Amino acid sequence: MPIVKLQQVTYHYPFTEKPALQDINLEVEEGEFVAVIGPNGAGKSTLCYTLAGFIPHFYKGELKGIVEVDGVLAQDSDLSDWVLKVGLVFQNPFNQISGAKYTVFEEVAFGLENSGVPRAEIARRVEEVLQMTGIADLADRSPYSLSGGQQQRVALASILVMQPKVLVLDEPTSQMDPIGTREVFGVIRKMAEQGMTVVMAEHKVEWIAQFADRVIALWEGKIYLEGKPHEVLTDARLVEKGFGVSRYTTTARLALPRGLWQKERPLPVTLEEAVAGFSALRNARRKQG
Amino acid sequence: MNIQIENLSFRYPNGVLALRGVSLEIAPGEQVAIIGQNGAGKTTLVKHLNGLLLPTEGRVRIGDWDTRHYSVAKLARRVGYVFQNPDEQLFTKTVADEIAFGPRNLGYSGERIQELVEDALQLTQLQAMRTTNPYDLSPTWRKMVAIASILAMDTPILVFDEPTTGQDAASVAHLAMIIAELKRRGKTVVTITHDIDFCAENFARVIVMGGGQVLLDGHTRTVLGQTEILAQTYVDPPQITRLGLRLGLAEVVCTPQEFLDAFEKQCAA
Repeated sequence: MPIVKLQQVTYHYPFTEKPALQDINLEVEEGEFVAVIGPNGAGKSTLCYTLAGFIPHFYKGELKGIVEVDGVLAQDSDLSDWVLKVGLVFQNPFNQISGAKYTVFEEVAFGLENSGVPRAEIARRVEEVLQMTGIADLADRSPYSLSGGQQQRVALASILVMQPKVLVLDEPTSQMDPIGTREVFGVIRKMAEQGMTVVMAEHKVEWIAQFADRVIALWEGKIYLEGKPHEVLTDARLVEKGFGVSRYTTTARLALPRGLWQKERPLPVTLEEAVAGFSALRNARRKQG
Repeated sequence: MNIQIENLSFRYPNGVLALRGVSLEIAPGEQVAIIGQNGAGKTTLVKHLNGLLLPTEGRVRIGDWDTRHYSVAKLARRVGYVFQNPDEQLFTKTVADEIAFGPRNLGYSGERIQELVEDALQLTQLQAMRTTNPYDLSPTWRKMVAIASILAMDTPILVFDEPTTGQDAASVAHLAMIIAELKRRGKTVVTITHDIDFCAENFARVIVMGGGQVLLDGHTRTVLGQTEILAQTYVDPPQITRLGLRLGLAEVVCTPQEFLDAFEKQCAA
């Protein structure tokens, strides 16, 4: 049974003629990690807002079709109930941080306080999640004194601590350094393995290929391609439409006409696949030579 | 106009020592990328270039001006600064007004303001959006408005704080084009970025920061091959550089083309 179900979803922001999402059909299984890619303006954030209930409860506009999470229709639900099931990590952490708290620890505890969780349990859960997201050393700092990437970790921690069934992330690593990005992908993968359902809008295809179960490519509000990360991310149609592709894929494509990539070999997305492919070709050539 | 930073240290009022003895010089017309982990001091450093922050120790000179003796408003004639978050700098009702605000405050003539605004609109491809409210635009385009509003000030030095954040492939290519045009015009460009591949493909010089210090500073190819020092500040070499290193290529490569040329040579050897 899928936990997330979208059927024929079409959405217009207020006062717009062109739909931001059009005829979206999407089912996500419990514990699945789905990555959503697409150029800016393709509808990635809108899809995140729809899953998180901000559409239709906050943004107004016109929503058609069925949005269902865990057996409940979005239209029938209250935003305050919905957010306990679906947590959203915003693209811009400045928009997420409450402004009501003086320290990172308090900021991360904010949601639990509002849900009436006992004090001892709050402390335990906050400490655990600060460790997990690698910001335990920032616990006493003001959220506003942190760098963009550190704030993104705080934003992630403040949602993870709520233990939502469905975790929706809108480019959660956009301001992070590369190794921080890898760590965060690792944390999110682990959450998925523990049964949390993950939908993540992201540009960083090399990491998607290593961590996600499925990729949805959005284009002008519609699902353009969908499938296993490797198949989608090496599809030539992505380049035509201006999607970001891995530089390893690009390099192998350029290598093909020069006879530097084996024709029968799938194109690489990750470093390891590229190393394996180029090494194999080099060995084959050396044997011939 | 050159930038001279001598033994710069900076302590925030909360006690955090964000810069520890940074010294560097940037020549007129240079294109420099600054990379390094979150919290390394990159933004703190560039905020010293237009006087938003003043040294706790050491000094910063923009041409012959010591930043301690000139107001931020004065320094704005020499250094344009594009914030990481465009929402921190946009406030007018239309894109064109926003872009005209800077040059108007620098006291340029009406005719010159108009020229500068048109030029900035064109470079950022915002012509069709000149009468739009910046807040009706997507974050990507808001970022372009923020960039245009600084371009229009026609300063000899431009600072971009993470211009690639949250941008898709097409916008990153567009940014690269803007930076190439600024180079052609002889402008100095200092850019903070986490997009190491963008850095490898568009900048000749890279400064690597970690723990408030300069860890590496030099030619892009030389710097980006130093895997171990980069790892100290949470930076991976660019994808293509890593591929070249893993395959044991003789030279450090930064672009797919360079990689393929070097790889072909290696196969033939």
